[in-house]
Amino acid sequence: GQRSSGSPINSSHPQSFAIVSFEWDHVKDPYIITLWILVASLAKIVFHLSHKVTRVVPESALLIVLGLFLGGIVWAADHIASFALTPTVFFFYLLPPIVLDAGYFMPNRLFFGNLGSILLYAVIGTVWNAATTGLSLYGVYRTGIMGHLNSGLLDFLLFGSLIAAVDPVAVLAVFEEVHVNEVLFIIVFGESLLNDAVTVVLYNVFESFVTIGPENVTGVECVKGIVSFFVVSLGGTLVGIFFAFLLSLVSRFTKHVRIIEPGFVFIISYLSYLTAEMLSLSAILAITFCGICCQKYVKANISEQSSTTVRYTMKMMASGAETIIFMFLGISAVNPEIWTWNTAFILLTLVFISVYRVIGVVLQTWILNHYRMVQLEIIDQVVMSYGGLRGAVAFALVVLLDVNKVKEKNLFVSTTIIVVFFTVIFQGLTIKPLVQWLKVKKTEHREPKLNEKLHGRAFDHILSAIEDISGQIGHNYLRDKWSNFDRKFLSKVLMRRSAQKSRDQILNVFHELNLKDAISYVAEGERRGSLAFIRSPSTDNMVNVDFSTPRPSTVESSVSYLLREKAGPVCLDMQALEQRRKSIRDTEDTVAHHTLQQYLYKPRQEHKHLYSRHEIMHSEDDKQDKEIFHRTMRKRLESFKSTKLGINHSKKLNKIHKRDRGQKRRNSNVIPNGKIPSENPVQDFTLKEKDLEFSESEENNDYETLHLGKGVDFLANVTKQNFTDTPTGIDNPVFSADDDQSIYMKFSPWLSSEDTVVPSQRARVQIPYSPNNFRRLTPFRLSNKSIDSFLLADGPEDRPRSFLPEATHM
Amino acid sequence: LGAALCPGSSPPSPSPLCFPPTVTSEQIEHLHRRFKQLSRDQLTIRKENFDSIPDLEFNPIRGKIVHAFFDKRNLRQESDGLADEINFEDFLTIMSYFRPIEMNMDEEQLDRFRKEKLKFLFHMYDSDHDGKITLQEYRNVVEELLSGNPHLEKESARSIADGAMMEAASICVGQMGPDQVYEGITFEDFLKMWQGIDIETKMHVRFLNMETIAHCY
Repeated sequence: GQRSSGSPINSSHPQSFAIVSFEWDHVKDPYIITLWILVASLAKIVFHLSHKVTRVVPESALLIVLGLFLGGIVWAADHIASFALTPTVFFFYLLPPIVLDAGYFMPNRLFFGNLGSILLYAVIGTVWNAATTGLSLYGVYRTGIMGHLNSGLLDFLLFGSLIAAVDPVAVLAVFEEVHVNEVLFIIVFGESLLNDAVTVVLYNVFESFVTIGPENVTGVECVKGIVSFFVVSLGGTLVGIFFAFLLSLVSRFTKHVRIIEPGFVFIISYLSYLTAEMLSLSAILAITFCGICCQKYVKANISEQSSTTVRYTMKMMASGAETIIFMFLGISAVNPEIWTWNTAFILLTLVFISVYRVIGVVLQTWILNHYRMVQLEIIDQVVMSYGGLRGAVAFALVVLLDVNKVKEKNLFVSTTIIVVFFTVIFQGLTIKPLVQWLKVKKTEHREPKLNEKLHGRAFDHILSAIEDISGQIGHNYLRDKWSNFDRKFLSKVLMRRSAQKSRDQILNVFHELNLKDAISYVAEGERRGSLAFIRSPSTDNMVNVDFSTPRPSTVESSVSYLLREKAGPVCLDMQALEQRRKSIRDTEDTVAHHTLQQYLYKPRQEHKHLYSRHEIMHSEDDKQDKEIFHRTMRKRLESFKSTKLGINHSKKLNKIHKRDRGQKRRNSNVIPNGKIPSENPVQDFTLKEKDLEFSESEENNDYETLHLGKGVDFLANVTKQNFTDTPTGIDNPVFSADDDQSIYMKFSPWLSSEDTVVPSQRARVQIPYSPNNFRRLTPFRLSNKSIDSFLLADGPEDRPRSFLPEATHM
Repeated sequence: LGAALCPGSSPPSPSPLCFPPTVTSEQIEHLHRRFKQLSRDQLTIRKENFDSIPDLEFNPIRGKIVHAFFDKRNLRQESDGLADEINFEDFLTIMSYFRPIEMNMDEEQLDRFRKEKLKFLFHMYDSDHDGKITLQEYRNVVEELLSGNPHLEKESARSIADGAMMEAASICVGQMGPDQVYEGITFEDFLKMWQGIDIETKMHVRFLNMETIAHCY
């Protein structure tokens, strides 16, 4: 009875059923690949254990050395170089993620602002490098120093063309660690990306020349080569733009399939790469421009979560691919079969590529500086020359050569490996000290400032207006026309309607600033060990929502949990904290904080499994978004105005009293709200959540009354007010407008899971603006007007109530 | 000939810092042609003349920009108010605010150069000439700036202006006491806000070079 319907091995040995069989051959290939990736990733961890090493030695260099080491082990083990970087793997799987990442996160304005310079370096510079290196090597060869080589002029030119191109992978890997100023970076990096078309054409042209033989090369062939350059580069770009358009259009309609949304970005971009490859156009250009062109629309269209997914996946794949490339460059070098040593040839190649790079850069910069507004100084030129790193593209191209056509293939391969190692290891190692020594202007990372953005926008308009008035067609004129065109047509087609509304740079910065504020509040709150931030309105909540769960934030969940539990100790602690904050003293704060954390964070983590469900079920409600957005802004305004109005201290104290009172009331949780009984809440928690909101708005009403003069004796009225003023609470326009509250409430917020808030870490991540975050805040946002006691302790920032009355005479 | 006429690119030729320092005769000629075109061969330009520039129509802050041409504070030092019409010299003065940075400027000149540009900008925001950009003024500017986006409402623009104003207050005054009132951005504050942003490389128009580059060939 061994009718096992299992694996073929079992059926081939029907006499005995193997319970466990070892099937190495079955899994071999993917297994080895996965192991290599694991090794490379582990190596990265190890490198970064020592901060000292990674600060001095670029990771790419370390990986190459590791590769050499591992290659040595493999070689010692079975004496075959079974693992090598093959061109197919490199061009099909490793290169595209890196280039896509580069394109998708390209700072567009900077890139297009310097496009002229980049193109000059990429096209003329690469041709210059290829020609001079190839010709010089050939010239030296004719003198006989290199001995006899089985190759002619065309072989040398072929070699020159593949060794000429600056490599995007190597440049990125090294320059990312150096942090030179952005103009310099974009020029070197842009050059390395765009020179691909030149490299591909030169390589193909010379390869075909070598194939047909030097005697058959005619002028017509040369002209063909030049034409093919334009076809390859422009064609590649067009393919990229076409797929960018497609991708943007698709992303417009993914509202109901949020889960696979990020997939489109990768699939369609990769398709652009493959299509260009299929048409033998420049694939790198295609995928670069696909990323560059689609980024604006895609980022606007896809949801916040998808955007984060795309960002991290892309970075992960790019950095993984880069790791593997460098490691395998090292491993591939351990193969005695490919090594052919020719000292003169190798040394001269190194000398020529360095020297001609310098000469090329200096010449081109000299020309460019006649036209550039921001001049490229000598120091910049040094860095640019020195940053001309060669990398895996050259290696993959040289491996692709056919040994039957190019007789000296092995010499070329060895030389390329040496050149790559030299530039990546030696130049990569020394470029940092060089940059420091030359005092190259570095990037200063600045917080985005709202004023800066506003002025920047004003600038664009002013400058284009001045160009209009003076009747010139300049950069600003063109940009102005483009942005008009974009706004009028492209965005209309490619962006979701909701995205069109909110997609404005200034809004983004505003949003980001709000988030930053919020983050710093939370950080401050955590630092002080106080939980006040939990009840702070508006912006603070956004942090959590934005980053975290698609569902309500930590804040909400914590509060609601707090309420649900009605646990004495927690509330008492909160009260204690309130008291303490008045006289700022932190002695017990840590303890209190600890207690609170225990009570607040732990339970949530038990419900992780529920969390990803809801995000898709949500549909957007623009009206609400808008309302909430305004509220955030209003909050800023309020605090601003309060600074202006300067309300005195006694009121502050009153507020604290009141807060305490509110606190107590919440503790006991007995005060019935006017509306709640009639609400028929779906769930038990709903009631409590609302209870909170009501009580908060009550407080505000209290405060308003207070404001109007009840002042001192308000404590006497406290209880009465609590019962009487609920209707005013309901008057809150947002609150009554929120009819779909109960729907929202079906997903009990505290069930959402989220790690403990770690603001400092999150603050590093840039948070693009996405409107759908706002709505999730809705219930809590109702408490907008409540007094944030944490702010209170901080001083002048906080004076919410004053907003409505004064708004008109500002 | 060519090199001497290309200000940004030529080897530094010591130019006296008188009016308008870097605008070469070629540029002046070009601007004069344009001036005459705008003024329809009159000696002065009035506000209405700017209406004839079709590209300006879509500029959301076109009013402010045109206004700046007639703002006497921009035209002459120590004067205030609004001119009804400007002559070519005034036109040139305004244009020279947008000239690019020069290679041979020393620190002090650079500083003055920078201040000049910022002053121009400041005057554009400070529409009531009281030396302060008040919240209301700022709001107006932001509203105009964002008016290009039809989906954005006035209230959003206002809130953004408020946020920006708050930011300005926090930069310029720092932590304010509860009784303190921030009335508006003064020019000193304005300078503070611009610290670290190299306006001199931003606020220039290529045209002041382009014309001559055409002659460089």
